[in-house]
Formats: sequence, C-alpha cells, structure tokens
Amino acid sequence: MGCLVNTTFFHGLKVGMSIAIGYFPVALTFGLLAKTTGLSIMEATAMSLFVYAGAAQYMALSLLATGVAPWLIVTNTFIVNIRHFLMTAALSEKVEPAPKWKKAIYAFGITDETFSVLATQKNRQITTAFAFGVALIAYSSWVIFTAVGHVIGANLPQFLQKAMSVALYAMFIGLLVPSMKGNRKVVLLATIAAVIHCVLYYSNLLSTGWSILVATLASAIFVEILYTKSNKNIERFTEQKEEN
Amino acid sequence: MGASYWWMLLGMAVATYLPRMIPLTLLDGKELPPIVSGVLRNIPYAVLGALIFPAILHIQDDIVFGIIGAITAFALAFFGLDVMFVVIGTIAVLAVYSLF
Repeated sequence: MGCLVNTTFFHGLKVGMSIAIGYFPVALTFGLLAKTTGLSIMEATAMSLFVYAGAAQYMALSLLATGVAPWLIVTNTFIVNIRHFLMTAALSEKVEPAPKWKKAIYAFGITDETFSVLATQKNRQITTAFAFGVALIAYSSWVIFTAVGHVIGANLPQFLQKAMSVALYAMFIGLLVPSMKGNRKVVLLATIAAVIHCVLYYSNLLSTGWSILVATLASAIFVEILYTKSNKNIERFTEQKEEN
Repeated sequence: MGASYWWMLLGMAVATYLPRMIPLTLLDGKELPPIVSGVLRNIPYAVLGALIFPAILHIQDDIVFGIIGAITAFALAFFGLDVMFVVIGTIAVLAVYSLF
C-alpha cells in the first residue's frame, strides 16, 4: 500500500503509474492504427498531444477512414467527451483551492482514468501538486507510446497484447472495490450505474458518450434522493423519540 | 492528410478541453446546494460502475475472456491488493488463459 496521505508531485507520479501501464497497450495500438489509417507520425502524435482522449481518438480514426467530414468528427468528439463535464464538476468539490490558471492546466489532464484515481483518493482534499503528478505521468505514457506504436507497431506477443487489453478495467476495479467495502452506498452507486449502462448499451438506445453520462447521473441522483429521504426518516424518528 | 486535418485537430482539442476545464475553474470554491454537492460526491463511484460494465466483458470477442478478467480483478482487489498489483495480476491470469 502507498502512503496514506498522498500530497506531493512525486506521490502523484507514483499513484499515476498504474494509469501509465494501462495506457501503454492502448496508445501503442492507437499509433499502429493511425499509421494504417494513413496518418504520419507527426499527425498521429499531435492528436495524442493536443486532444488526449482515447475513445474520441479511436473514433476519429474510424471516421477518417470512412471519409466522414471533419466538422462531424469534431461534433462527435464533443459528444464522446461530454461526460467530462460531470467528472470535473465532481472533482471541483475535492481539489484544494488554487489559482484558476493552475486548475486550467491540470484540467487538460483529466481523463476517465486520472479522474477515477484522483476522485477515489482517501484524502479529504487533493493537492494541486498531486493532481499534476498523476496527470503528467498518464499524459506522458499516452503521447510517447502513440509515437512508439506508429514506429514499431504493436509488436508485443499476441497473448500479452490480448491480456493487456484488460489493464484499464482492472485498474477501475482496483480503485472501486476498496471504497465498496463496508459502504453500501458505494456498492449501490456502482451497481445501479452498471446496470443502467448495460441496458442502454445492449438496447442501442444511446451512443456510448451519452450512455455513460446518463447512467452515471441517473445512479448518482437516485441514490442521493434515496439516502436523503432515509436520513430524514431517521431524523423524524429520533425527534419523535425525544418528544416522548 | 492536409491542412484540413490540422483544423480538425484544433476543433477536437477545443471540444475535448472545454468540458474538462469549464466546471473545474468556474465552480472554483462555489458553495453548492447540499443536494447538488451530494450528487457530485456520488459521481466517482457511479462513473466507475458505468465505465467497467459492460465494456470489460467485450475487451475480446470471447466473452469468457472478459468474465475471467473481471472476476480476477474483483478477487484481487477484494483481498486488498494495491491497484498496481490488481492490474498486473489480472494481466498475468489472462496471459496464462490466452496461452491455452
């Protein structure tokens, strides 16, 4: 286990290491696919450098390959990434006060993965230095291995490459489970969101970008209302007791 | 790819950056209604549930592959392993599985 209180830039680098490992195969494959789509190493690496959004970048490749208009790719990028509104809003409750320009810089490094790591930290507040550390190591891995993937291809042994496709999800599980222990609210939140997302996914009701957003928000609101009500009932109950 | 690629990249960069930056800088230190901040505090756990399922089941065509991965990761995490070892352990188990 790491230190209980992760506050420094160095702690951030260390904690972000699992993201860097998880990004390695995904970025490598992206670099390779970009090459086969006809992007130069400059173009491929620039996309990772300036856009830095896994799902959106993969989507852009497949749309480029089918000759879709650029403005449509931009629109799709926005839709795929709209869930980050929710994540950074949630994160704003947990980060330490800092000048806006510093927040605007590390905001660039907020992905599904860095958000998950930052938001599940046990500290009451996340320091700016720690956020920079987590963001930097994840970002470096993404950009560097995009370029590497373009140059050498995803030349890992087939079985290892297959196995590594689980990395990011294993990380999400590793972040979620410790919070689930002895906390029914967390179990409920994750389970309900997962079920709603499965329903939306298998019924093809919404595109992935929207369905993650809808499933997350629905679960978070439902559980909050549930707990606010039950807390009020407890309050009423104790008030009655005191009156008696 | 030509100049249109770079314009597209610029558009993609802006479309990705704004949802990341706006809430973090605008909600800066604002006192939110209790129900709103309650919902926001729930987001991380809900989002993890939605990110894991059903995507983990479909990382390969073979759904059993994803199921074994999910079970392994949950088991390792449940026994208190650090995130890094959950990741490495799950990769190891699946590597062995795909060799057979």
